Amino acid sequence: MSVLVDKSTKVLVQGLGKTGQFHTDTAIAYGTQMVGAVHPSRAGSTFPFEGETDHSGVAGRDDTYSVDLPVFATVEQAVAETGANASVIYVPPPFAADAIMEAAAAGLDLVVAITEGIPVADMIKAKRYLEGKSTRLIGPNCPGVITPGECKIGIMPGYIHQRGKIGVVSRSGTLTYEAVHQLTLLDLGQTTAIGIGGDPVNGTNFVDCLQMFEDDEETEGVIMIGEIGGTAEEDAAEFVKGSMSKPVAGFIAGTTAPPGKRMGHAGAIVSGGKGTAEAKIEAMTDAGIVVAETPSGMGEAMLRALG
Amino acid sequence: MKIHEHQAKQLMAARGIPVPLGRVARSVDEAVAAVRPLIEESGNPVVVVKAQIHAGGRGKGTFKEHPEVRGVHVITEGIDGGPSAAEERVRELAQQMLGSTLVTIQTGEEGKRVNRLYVEQGVDIARELYLAVLLDRTVSRNIVMASTEGGVEIEKVAEETPEKILRAEIDPAIGLAGFQANELAFGLGLEGEPGKNFMRFVKALSDAATELDTDLVEINPLVVTGDGQVIALDGKVAFDDNALYRHPDIADMRDESEEDPAELAAKNAGLNYIKLDGTIGCLVNGAGLAMATMDTIKHVGGEPANFLDVGGGASADQVTTAFQIITQDPTVKGIFVNIFGGIMRCDVLATGIVEAVGRVGLEVPLVVRLEGTKVEEGKKIIEESGLKVTNADSLLDGANKILELTS
Repeated sequence: MSVLVDKSTKVLVQGLGKTGQFHTDTAIAYGTQMVGAVHPSRAGSTFPFEGETDHSGVAGRDDTYSVDLPVFATVEQAVAETGANASVIYVPPPFAADAIMEAAAAGLDLVVAITEGIPVADMIKAKRYLEGKSTRLIGPNCPGVITPGECKIGIMPGYIHQRGKIGVVSRSGTLTYEAVHQLTLLDLGQTTAIGIGGDPVNGTNFVDCLQMFEDDEETEGVIMIGEIGGTAEEDAAEFVKGSMSKPVAGFIAGTTAPPGKRMGHAGAIVSGGKGTAEAKIEAMTDAGIVVAETPSGMGEAMLRALG
Repeated sequence: MKIHEHQAKQLMAARGIPVPLGRVARSVDEAVAAVRPLIEESGNPVVVVKAQIHAGGRGKGTFKEHPEVRGVHVITEGIDGGPSAAEERVRELAQQMLGSTLVTIQTGEEGKRVNRLYVEQGVDIARELYLAVLLDRTVSRNIVMASTEGGVEIEKVAEETPEKILRAEIDPAIGLAGFQANELAFGLGLEGEPGKNFMRFVKALSDAATELDTDLVEINPLVVTGDGQVIALDGKVAFDDNALYRHPDIADMRDESEEDPAELAAKNAGLNYIKLDGTIGCLVNGAGLAMATMDTIKHVGGEPANFLDVGGGASADQVTTAFQIITQDPTVKGIFVNIFGGIMRCDVLATGIVEAVGRVGLEVPLVVRLEGTKVEEGKKIIEESGLKVTNADSLLDGANKILELTS
């Protein structure tokens, strides 16, 4: 088992610009079931992908691949033709929130929005649109989701992953890689790694992911990687304290960040005395989460938490 | 993006939100010339002179060059002496304020140079309230936040008397509903004419926040005047940078003189850079890792000189610019490059660094930690360039090495 995505996940890509093409190619190389693209100006055509297989991904495939991906005008049409149940969004920021709503309207189970720089007001509307619908949104402004050896949706380098027993959830892309890499070196591996994104309004939060990992039989422990800004980590700590049986390790970035300055991510800001790293670390430690002092120690913190 | 108070008030006035009459002045003569028309138009002999900088705490802040002068002055000389007495006092103050450095609790010790003043009509204040529109991340919506405790720091109110803060969620499909405005008015103890004026005010403010894609609108204080008017005495507005593309008129309001030149250069090159007080420069990909790199430097006993995120897919040119920005900072005694390549390729990063050093030289120690996509190619490029570089195996190892080399 794993969470969110596995071998059976059929993925559409929304937005086949340069970035969308590049990452669709690496996803196919990894062995993800990419079944179609939505790009209105190219609808009706197919888009060729070929290259060398990434053998760190799905096992038992040929050394090369050659795929003609069908391109559709709408998500609804693409779903009808391909039976897709997930999509990944590389649409530029001004149109990305609309792409999220279109994917939800078409009834997809999972939408992963990679796009960085979506206006907050657009995400507030998209989030309201998702209320009452069964679609789960991951991101935006995130690296995506990967279940090693089965399905890679997003921009993370596949080869640093190794199938194993730890769930990873993070607001930061590169810090996810850092954690994944350490888990691989320690031979703990990952069940699924989820980047929930660095924006202040996102589709899925820590608590949602912790619940999924708690319910997943294969997952034996979880690493959560937070950063300054907001109170999502405090809420997660509360959840861990009350509702989780599995060991949790963590890290919080931004101990040295000065108040009032946005640290790259739109959501990473200490303002009005709220969202400090200290408050988050305290809440997590209090909940029994083993918090690493430096990012280099995340893997070892997981080992300690596992006992 | 932040704007000045006078710009915020101009935007509010254009949307029917009551603000005092005022005129912006970039010179002493302009400040003096603003006085008489303001007194005549408002019928109030009192005027207020306010320094325009992108930081709060101006009323209590003082000037480095003139410690007796504050960032905001109420000019009452006009009450007895008529407009010319007010003009005289404004001239004196404007001469001291313009071009001088205002230090407030929000500017840091170095303060900010004042290039503009806002001269405003006096207002007869009966009550001071607090009103803001901002994002509440826990509900993924903007909220209106209001309090009877105007004119003081809202953080303090939140900590000491949280029950005095009222909230109303703004449904993005509906806007602030009439009943919510009514509830807020009632909660603030506003009835009759002031209550009606407040409801119109808060509705217009909430609509303006949505229309303009603001991150934050803060009116502190919002005042009720002796005759029941509800007016924004101060106005702080910040915008969502990601939405500026649909507001070119607001993007034009940017005052680059308020921003750090290095931060501005970085922004124009598509980099995220923030100057800090330490001595170890960092160049990192990804915001989270960049923060974590700063934290690790601090953890081993050093002080980071900056936050610098070159982003996910930086080009060699961007890396070169990033490196130049760091090396141009005279406080930097050593540089730590920390890259975990995902989309960012280590070979591109290495090429950028080699080019940058070729162009601007390198007089301080450099520690490089590369991991991820094309790491071997990247290491090879640096090795073959003959650069004097110390390699690191991990983030922690790199932080220790740069500390050793700089102390």
